[in-house]
Amino acid sequence: MAQARAIKIAITALGGQGGGVLASWIVRLGERCGYIVQSTSVPGVAQRTGATVYYVELFPEAEARDRTPVLALMPAPGDVDIVIAAEMMEAGRAIARGFVSRQTTLIASSHRDFAIGEKIAMGDGRQSPDVVLRAAQKAAGRFIHADMAEAGAGAGAVISAVLFGALAGSGALPMARDAFEETIRESRRAVKNNLKGFARGFDLALAAADAVQPAPPAESSPTPTPESPPAPAVAPLLERLERDFPSASHVTLKEGLRRCVDYQDVKYAQRYLDRLESVEAADRAAEDYRLTTSVGKYLALWMTYEDSIRVADLKTRASRLARCREDVRAEEDQIVHIADYLHPRVEEVCDLLPKGLAMTILGTPILRKMLGAVLGGGRRLPTSKLRGFLLLRLVASLRVMRRATYRFGVEQARIDEWLSAVKSEAAGDYALACEIAALPRLIKGYGETHERGLGNFSAVMAALGRVRAQADPVKTLAALRDAALADEEGAALKAAIARLDDRASAAA
Amino acid sequence: MAERSFAREVQDLRIGEGEIFRGEGILAVTKALLQSGVSYVGGYQGAPISHLMDVLSDAQNILGELNVHFEASASEAAAAAMLAASVNYPLRGAVTWKSTVGTNVASDALANVASGGVKGGALVIIGEDYGEGSSIMQERSHAFAMKSQMWLLDPRPNLPSIVDMVERGFELSEASNTPVMLELRIRACHVYGSFAAKDNVAPSFTLRDAMENPTRDCSRIVLPPSNFVHEVEKIERRWPAAVDYIKARRLNEFLGGHQGEIGIIVQGGLYNTLIRALELAGLSNCYGETEIPIYCLNVAYPLIDDEIKGFCLDKKAVLMIEEGQPEFIEQAVNAILRNGDIQTRIVGKAVLPRAGEYTAAVVRDGLDAFLRAHARDLLKTHSAPVAPLSAEEQRAVAETTPQRPAGFCIGCPERPIFSAMKLVEKEIGKFHVSCDIGCHLFSILPPFDIGNTTMGYGLGWAGASAFNAKAKKRTISVMGDGGFWHNGLTSGVGNAVFNRNDNVLVIVDNGYSAATGGQDILSSRADNKTRTTNNPISKAVRGMGVEWLKEVNTYNVGRMKKVFKDAMTTAAKGPKVIVAQSECMLNRQRREKPLRDKAVREGKRVVRTRFGVDPDTCTGDHSCIRISGCPSLTVRDNPDPLRDDPVAWVDNDCVGCGVCGENAHAAILCPSFYRADLIYNPSAWDRFRARIRQAVIGFVQRRDDRARAKYSFGR
Repeated sequence: MAQARAIKIAITALGGQGGGVLASWIVRLGERCGYIVQSTSVPGVAQRTGATVYYVELFPEAEARDRTPVLALMPAPGDVDIVIAAEMMEAGRAIARGFVSRQTTLIASSHRDFAIGEKIAMGDGRQSPDVVLRAAQKAAGRFIHADMAEAGAGAGAVISAVLFGALAGSGALPMARDAFEETIRESRRAVKNNLKGFARGFDLALAAADAVQPAPPAESSPTPTPESPPAPAVAPLLERLERDFPSASHVTLKEGLRRCVDYQDVKYAQRYLDRLESVEAADRAAEDYRLTTSVGKYLALWMTYEDSIRVADLKTRASRLARCREDVRAEEDQIVHIADYLHPRVEEVCDLLPKGLAMTILGTPILRKMLGAVLGGGRRLPTSKLRGFLLLRLVASLRVMRRATYRFGVEQARIDEWLSAVKSEAAGDYALACEIAALPRLIKGYGETHERGLGNFSAVMAALGRVRAQADPVKTLAALRDAALADEEGAALKAAIARLDDRASAAA
Repeated sequence: MAERSFAREVQDLRIGEGEIFRGEGILAVTKALLQSGVSYVGGYQGAPISHLMDVLSDAQNILGELNVHFEASASEAAAAAMLAASVNYPLRGAVTWKSTVGTNVASDALANVASGGVKGGALVIIGEDYGEGSSIMQERSHAFAMKSQMWLLDPRPNLPSIVDMVERGFELSEASNTPVMLELRIRACHVYGSFAAKDNVAPSFTLRDAMENPTRDCSRIVLPPSNFVHEVEKIERRWPAAVDYIKARRLNEFLGGHQGEIGIIVQGGLYNTLIRALELAGLSNCYGETEIPIYCLNVAYPLIDDEIKGFCLDKKAVLMIEEGQPEFIEQAVNAILRNGDIQTRIVGKAVLPRAGEYTAAVVRDGLDAFLRAHARDLLKTHSAPVAPLSAEEQRAVAETTPQRPAGFCIGCPERPIFSAMKLVEKEIGKFHVSCDIGCHLFSILPPFDIGNTTMGYGLGWAGASAFNAKAKKRTISVMGDGGFWHNGLTSGVGNAVFNRNDNVLVIVDNGYSAATGGQDILSSRADNKTRTTNNPISKAVRGMGVEWLKEVNTYNVGRMKKVFKDAMTTAAKGPKVIVAQSECMLNRQRREKPLRDKAVREGKRVVRTRFGVDPDTCTGDHSCIRISGCPSLTVRDNPDPLRDDPVAWVDNDCVGCGVCGENAHAAILCPSFYRADLIYNPSAWDRFRARIRQAVIGFVQRRDDRARAKYSFGR
């Protein structure tokens, strides 16, 4: 019975992303073009970083004549013409709420804005948007997606401007481009940049429409940088790698070598290969030498543990200061001062001392206290000023003495212990050996974080005997590793290990 | 200054007859108040009615021209008590707040004013914070109307209806000598639309007239014997008068068709949702033209027995669409029909959920179930829209989509308070934390996970008052400055002093009632042209008799932590109060950013600070995020091919508050944080020093790069 109907638009966004601005532009656009417009939102606390929905209905005034359409205040599942998602997972939320159907044009920014739950994970807690992408492709009548956040940043515009442009470019609304642009002009805020952002959004939508199928992700094609040969000093390392190690492991091991040389010297890289040689000997071609590759990866990271020398070295490099400038979006030639938040404790200082001295200080409370008093609390070191830079450079230069430091000895011993566990397992349960090889992932960070990770690692290593006694040791060990990354207090790990004991005693 | 400025919208309040007002629902109410000849307006801010308060606050010139007094009340109780002005004098007044929480606070005064009754029209505008977007317990304000016998208006959610109902509300109030509540749901408060404006009306009898010619009527005061008389008056005189007025002015609407065996009774506020559901079922067009009779309750209380009986008489079944519980209307309608010996089936909660918001989908499904049972012939054979995804696919998407709990803004000064609390927790073990209402309540969510209970606005310390016992650990209570002035000064601080409490209170002094939109309060630092600010919290706390009091800058996490630890472990007996100070960053940025941008444009030397994380020293543990939770501190792919976990990084929304760096120090996290000072329009001295530094640093770096090149692995 009803012919005329409203155009229904839902905007899903994060609080603070400017979904309200976009909604108000659509309202003005509609009014400018002869529509009766109604919009609503439920900001509330969602304004503070939560997910929120703005909803607009447009009804052609000419159609209504003297009658008043009854417009709804919220989207009905299956009855939304246009969904604009200001972030990829918010597109997912719109799909989950049933807003997206075959009648829907879904316009989404493909960038990710990680939720707190994803960010606080001790490992990688990020959700992959693939599920959402696939569902969007299937559910929506049309699906236009591109990184609108980046397009906006590039233009100095708010993401709303890019999305507004994409809405115009999508042709989902029967208004001309001029009317959209006039709406932005009328807002009189950051008009120039927002129009630039709008144009980018418009083009992105056109490009998406032209593509017969969704554009393949811009493959970072091998950059045609001229091939430069390795320096003569490291060439023997690479030759040895090629000669003595299976090709499946080359990419990782080469990265490991590069890291060891960068960290210490060629001799240290030789030691890296020495250690790997015995692992490789126990490895299996049928398994594509994944044990060697895995050990190669974690061994390189462990051998290049972050001591103060390493941190000072990395902090003072030209490439680092250049990257900082880029990260903070400094203008060309702009003066930027960089200050580093450093907090060297007694432990970090002792790490750099010879073993005897370090042990004496660490074992004598009064000495510890005195050294602690000298070090003081945290400090903000002005790395881009001469005083800070030269001090850090001095610490970095201690690299030549690294082999004599207390920490060096400790770490090498730990590494060898881990390696021998891996090797002794490899002959028996190969898969379990691979799991053990990946355990150093638990050791991360500095100070207390490092101690916590190391503690977890040691606890898991100590439980290896009991792990072997389980029905599925590989799965059990993987579960322990996940438990170690579950919480900071180590409660999950403790419980998981306790369960091993229970099961062991139940079996006995 | 509030979060949002309404300088432009305020001008719309001046428009008159023949012009079209465009704006949000709650602004339309503001305009309607002025069109109704209101003398005074008060209230307490809170979503979804904050904008009403903000607009009036920005509109004081216009209010002055019309002789309207606007009061930013200290609490909802204070606002409700304002209505006393309408008891003796023909003054129209309106007050507003977030409900049901505000109505809870206001009920003492509301019950009093409802008992004695009013001479001038008294309107209570409540933002019904229910359903999606709500931040409070899910209850109905309806119960308050019933218990005090105030009338409850629930207009259709379009601007003309809302505006009309404001004007009718005053008349109804005067016709029945009863205060009237006007209920607007969240979306109705924020609905953008338009209506034909009328001229503003200055009150014919002014506040000044009343003050200079006071009158009194002892029978209006709630004290025996009048209190008993009031109850009888309500039943015998005011209620019938209200019914007469509602009927005569046809406040409730008979819409849709006039025949058929079924009908629908709907709360006015849900009318649009119902029409959309009918439209989707093919039973209405987009103008709400439908064959099905609809009785639309723009007055949700009292019910008009005759109208209900008349509507139901010829029907076999009537669908009752009433959101929330208990289902007061459904029960009352049933009682009316049974008493009238009418056997029409009332179908409400039988097909609609007892709890939860009545969204379009909910009403659609309820309607469908009703029609199936009582009017199968009306069920269209139209094919239901095919869901584009299988239930399983839908579920997979829902599971992938991360929760986004509300959290502290970028650079929020409240975050370091809880960072410090977490650090203290690590040292002395967990302790009981009593929370309050305000942004600081986000502490209960990740990443802080701090806080046991919240008992209401300003009641943070009172919520821990039972724990006034000998124990090895103290409790910490949290209170915002908004809650402090609302009632926490007495219910929390005074209560603790009097009862010799030995526990700890932290008052978050950010200079605004921040969670409600950044309104000024007594202790705000800004000069306010129409209010008296700059009254320090510490002075009030000392005045209450607290001896142990510390003021701390929140951004100094180390110091914050030390003060917390002192308070928790000191041998000193008695209440301990920490005033944690730093300006709300949202407000500060809004104030400072335009000034900074202007200075940069004008060529003045400006230093902008922001923070960063070095990806090559970050190991991807994310301790820094767990202790901060700043939206600007996030993660990205690890550039290191050997590492598994993403690195932390600071995105470009960083405002440079420095908490991440402070945390790195206080928690001894890692050396990855750096502060970058970007200098705009550098002085000659800046440039000179930069050249010298660059020369030396560049020389060393180039030498190092050359040395490293000798060990290059090539490409």
